Amino acid sequence: MERYLWIIPFAPLLGAIVNGKLAALYARREKGPPEWVVSLVGCAAPILSFLVAAALFVQMRAAPASERLFTQTLYTWIAAGPVQVDFAFMVDALAMVMVLVVTGVGSIIHVYSVGYMHGDRGYARYFAYLNLFMFSMLTLVMAKNLPLLFVGWEGVGLCSYLLIGFWYRDIANAAAGKKAFIVNRVGDFAFLLGMFLIFVTTQRVGHPTLDVPALRALVGEHPQVFGGIATAACLLLFVGATGKSAQIPLYVWLPDAMAGPTPVSALIHAATMVTAGVYMIARMSFLYDLAPAAMAVVATIGAATAIFAASIGFAQRDIKRVLAYSTVSQLGYMFMAVGVGAYGAGIFHLMTHAFFKACLFLGSGSVIHAMSGEQDMFRMGGLAKTMKVTAATFLIASLAIAGVPPLAGFVSKDEILWMTFSTPLQPPWLPYLLWAVAFVAAGMTAFYVFRAVFLTFYGEDRVSAEAKHHLHESPAMMTVPLVLLAAGSVLAGFLGWPAALRGGNWFHNWLAPVFGGHDAGHGGEHALADVVGPVAASAGGHDATVEYALMALSVAIGLAGIFMAYRLYIKNPALPARITARLGRFYRMVFNKYYVDEIYEHTIVRPGYGLSDKVMFRFVDMGIIEGIVNGLGITARLVGATVRLFQSGVIRTYAFFLLLGFVLIVWRMVR
Amino acid sequence: MGPVGMHHYLALSAILFFLGVFGVLFRRNLIVIFMSIELMLNAANLTFVTFARYTGNMDGHVIAFFVMALAAAEAGIGLAILVMVFRNRATVQADDLVMMRD
Repeated sequence: MERYLWIIPFAPLLGAIVNGKLAALYARREKGPPEWVVSLVGCAAPILSFLVAAALFVQMRAAPASERLFTQTLYTWIAAGPVQVDFAFMVDALAMVMVLVVTGVGSIIHVYSVGYMHGDRGYARYFAYLNLFMFSMLTLVMAKNLPLLFVGWEGVGLCSYLLIGFWYRDIANAAAGKKAFIVNRVGDFAFLLGMFLIFVTTQRVGHPTLDVPALRALVGEHPQVFGGIATAACLLLFVGATGKSAQIPLYVWLPDAMAGPTPVSALIHAATMVTAGVYMIARMSFLYDLAPAAMAVVATIGAATAIFAASIGFAQRDIKRVLAYSTVSQLGYMFMAVGVGAYGAGIFHLMTHAFFKACLFLGSGSVIHAMSGEQDMFRMGGLAKTMKVTAATFLIASLAIAGVPPLAGFVSKDEILWMTFSTPLQPPWLPYLLWAVAFVAAGMTAFYVFRAVFLTFYGEDRVSAEAKHHLHESPAMMTVPLVLLAAGSVLAGFLGWPAALRGGNWFHNWLAPVFGGHDAGHGGEHALADVVGPVAASAGGHDATVEYALMALSVAIGLAGIFMAYRLYIKNPALPARITARLGRFYRMVFNKYYVDEIYEHTIVRPGYGLSDKVMFRFVDMGIIEGIVNGLGITARLVGATVRLFQSGVIRTYAFFLLLGFVLIVWRMVR
Repeated sequence: MGPVGMHHYLALSAILFFLGVFGVLFRRNLIVIFMSIELMLNAANLTFVTFARYTGNMDGHVIAFFVMALAAAEAGIGLAILVMVFRNRATVQADDLVMMRD
């Protein structure tokens, strides 16, 4: 099976090429290529990848834990002296989870897109981009070395840009795409620097490499050397992650990215691409373990993002924007988890989040589709009557994200909360602070998601007469994916059912070998222990009472959030307006997203623009560079004008100079 | 005055040559300029023949014949150009032919 590894990324690439070619062939015609051909190619590719991945998974499960690794080298990409970078894939237990999530959720979203994008002129182009995204994402996930991972990293960024600006005729969409691309570029620069730093360090220990397994072994051999740079390298890589995974301070692009088609928001900007940063940190866990300071930063930024984005979600009117801020917030949870060293919990939340957030996005897409493009929740309401399947699946996914047991979100979020609470960090109060922040954010999450549920599907009907006219449930092509994802939102949690509730936590054990047996649950011989101090008795025999208590608390706050939303938006719909009026200035600040975009505009964008215009363009380009170029021309003209004086056109003058020259030559020869 | 010697021939040759040079420099009529060039060529011929005569070397005679052939060819082409210039511009005054300058 191992030798079929390449099919997983290359099947979507082939799909992208075929559909891209089709789109190009039909570019100048009235209509696009036949939709059934495009859909067949576009959906078959990720489904094929998923089947291969599933077969690999079956094989991997059968193997003993220590041998759960597939690798395949296609060819040598870069050979420079002692450095060799291969185009090579590696699938271990961690990558396996990601591959299954990406191809599984990806396939479902591809199928959904067939219904959602039906009749769009750019149908083939859309599927070409989507397949190209799958290729890039799978390359990122399966890359055996950091440069190849970076190729995938940039590839998904490109596809994100292309798909955000998919309806590029609207200038706002094109601008949103550009914003995403440029903000990501900031992060990517730091990511590159981090990669260079790691490479230089491997050179210092005499074994230059960027292969992940080799790096891991190397870091194990020279913990002193790598410990010295780990903090800097990890922080740089983390800045890259904040760009790709929309964390403070680089999260601003994600809400704008909702300009793209909704399935794109579900696939790229909720389920897969934005989790790349979390995956990358989990992938580099061996390095992060050496840098407790960097870990603390990751966890703190994660928690801060979780609560900050959740608070913005309170005041949004656009259903997709609520979900976008929710995604930013949930990604914060994942970073908090990997930041406290609970990589398994972070990846677990990544997976459950992929299900319920994709379901929420696709549900919102179904609503937008039915409402002929309306996205303002205050012009919806009572849709559950007409859109039964959409409403039911949306509700299930909302319960999952709100952390209602036994749904997936409860299990994974609770694991993160518990891990955060129980992992000792420096300073000692940090875990409790992080936990408190995440705890409050959990309640806020429940509130704003159910605000969206109640405003959209229940309560009074605010739908305009025109939209009501063709309000309908979406076709099966769209509802079946919704049902599948809702089922995932219910069932995925049981994979990681916590031990405290008599579960085996299969997921945790599956990933444990990848993280070197270190996941706060086991603790012990790890390097982190040397720095932070002995890991408290978190191993196995932790106090179950505390865990139960925390679990009950987080369920309670989730339910409280739901109840609040119910009170405000169903029972007493006039109340929210009164509250916002009372809060006035504060509400406006939240509604305007804390003016972060405006602050960036004035502190970074404008000065950057000024620098480009006044210094780079007017001084460097027009002054120096054009000065040199024009100077050459002017010199030539001046010389020409001087020499031109001799060309009088009078033959006698020529003859005179001829004679003069002759006389001079003779005179010199004779003398 | 002694017998006519090599110096006399060379002096005559130099005088003829500079007559030609001044003719080229100071006359305006192209035909006269042309004649002056012929004069310079013949002065050169006289020099060659003189040296041949006084050194007993036949090379000078040979070159003189070459120069005559060259002068004939040059006169042919030059006069043809002159005819064409006159037809087009109705003048053979060198000062009027300054198109290249403008």
